[in-house]
Amino acid sequence: MLELRSVTAGYARNEPVFDDVSLTVTPGEAVGLVGPSGCGKSTLARVAALLHRPDSGAVVLDGEPVRHWRHRAPRAQRTAFGVVFQQPRLSADPRLTLSDLIEEPLRATGRRETARERVAELAGTVGLTQDLLGRRPHEVSDGQLQRACLARALILRPRWLICDEMTAMLDASTTAALVAVVESYRSATGAGLLAVGHDRTLLERWCDHTVHWENLTASPTPGNSL
Amino acid sequence: MTVPPPVLSVRGLSVRFLMPHGRPVAAVTDARFDVLPGECLALLGESGCGKSVLASALLGLLPGNAQTAGEALLGDLNLLTADERTLAGTVRGRRIGLVPQSPAAHLTPVRTIRSQLGEVISELKGIRRGARLQHAVLAAAGRAGFPEDHLDRHPHQLSGGLAQRAATALALVGDAPLLLADEPTTGLDRELVDRTVDELRRHVDARSGAAGHGLLMITHDLAAAERIADRVAVMYAGRIVELGEADAFFGAPGPRHPYSRRLLQALPDRAFTAIPGMPPELGDLPDGCAFAARCERATGLCSTRPPTVDGISCHHPHQGPEAAPYTLMRKGADRA
Repeated sequence: MLELRSVTAGYARNEPVFDDVSLTVTPGEAVGLVGPSGCGKSTLARVAALLHRPDSGAVVLDGEPVRHWRHRAPRAQRTAFGVVFQQPRLSADPRLTLSDLIEEPLRATGRRETARERVAELAGTVGLTQDLLGRRPHEVSDGQLQRACLARALILRPRWLICDEMTAMLDASTTAALVAVVESYRSATGAGLLAVGHDRTLLERWCDHTVHWENLTASPTPGNSL
Repeated sequence: MTVPPPVLSVRGLSVRFLMPHGRPVAAVTDARFDVLPGECLALLGESGCGKSVLASALLGLLPGNAQTAGEALLGDLNLLTADERTLAGTVRGRRIGLVPQSPAAHLTPVRTIRSQLGEVISELKGIRRGARLQHAVLAAAGRAGFPEDHLDRHPHQLSGGLAQRAATALALVGDAPLLLADEPTTGLDRELVDRTVDELRRHVDARSGAAGHGLLMITHDLAAAERIADRVAVMYAGRIVELGEADAFFGAPGPRHPYSRRLLQALPDRAFTAIPGMPPELGDLPDGCAFAARCERATGLCSTRPPTVDGISCHHPHQGPEAAPYTLMRKGADRA
């Protein structure tokens, strides 16, 4: 179970982006979080993925409170998450080929020997062909790069997937293709999903249940009151 | 009723990129369409299909290794052969207003919106300084719905929606007869998408008849196109494969090209199923129909180039509104 309990988070002292937010994702469940631009939903996704330390409140992962964040988080907790961000160009090292990009998490965790096989398998899953794997990010389209970023997020077989506006830059067909990849991974592994976005139609179609940001914040901050 | 002459008339526009190694990349091939005054034409397609290259070609902003063919007439000026002096001095901003993709990257980060609007107004309108300039800045901001109390902010202090309005305000200053919007809604939430495209539409509707503005909106956002487009052009692998009325395209009887039909079916409020496979490489296109490899209607015939009949480039199009199958076959046979 992934629990956010009364979390307050932000980037400057006394200026929380959001205040007292609680959210729970159970294993195998897909939760969609809908909110307008600038409401703080991406910050929430970062907190849930252990990428941003909240100012107060707790993140509890399978009953164990999270104490350390980002690179200080224990490997077992860190690698339990696969994260896909909105802009593939900003989340891909421009010097790596797509194949190196996808296998990087394996190298970082000292499992390089299985890499070749896993990359080939995942490339097939996300629909990347062999000649694309040898290219660097500037040689592929946004959609192709996001496919690689999704493969990278799945390569450590995470128990939790956090997708922050994963499809906002993509056309309808690529969107449907990537959502189908996430869903078939989840039905094979029972992973839980937190999908954050602004497209209500998409998230309602994709997720088991969808929460609206305004219902999530107990005391809305002045910035997002209607 | 006489049809007014088009604001923009594109005939046989092709763009090739010459590569140092390997085959030339056919980014746009034989594009044909008109944009009429008072009309919004939406150019739809997946990322990487050549839409933005087409926009760059119209503005004369292609890189040095590009070769163009065909013509793009803005009035009687061919944009493809015009020299840089003409384009810079009379076209960009004056006869074509560009609403850019990702305004955050388009705006100058170190200057306020007021200063950027002021610069564009003095360049395009010759109003150099003083109260008249300030008045013109307020008017320009107002036209795009940009709030006055945010004029002294820098781009990084604006939300995505306000940055988009600032960029739109800049594009509207020259009162250009053609507005070119290149993915104006990427990354915006639905409410802001609606507001942005409604503003563009309002600009098109502001004048009527032959003096009307035309809007060419390049987008992969089908919902945005459905909201404001009069006509739709669908691009696949550098070619316009379908050109038709937006009502028929989004409503009944629906798109006629199998690609357009599958693209619409991919929407989450429709079937939400992806088109299998990926678009072909623009440097390695097949001789026949580029979509055949992914198409469920493909036959042996599809290895030859399909003729364009009633705006559709397909050997096996879906049924159109009034075209009976035998007329389609006859027309196809005539052209072949």
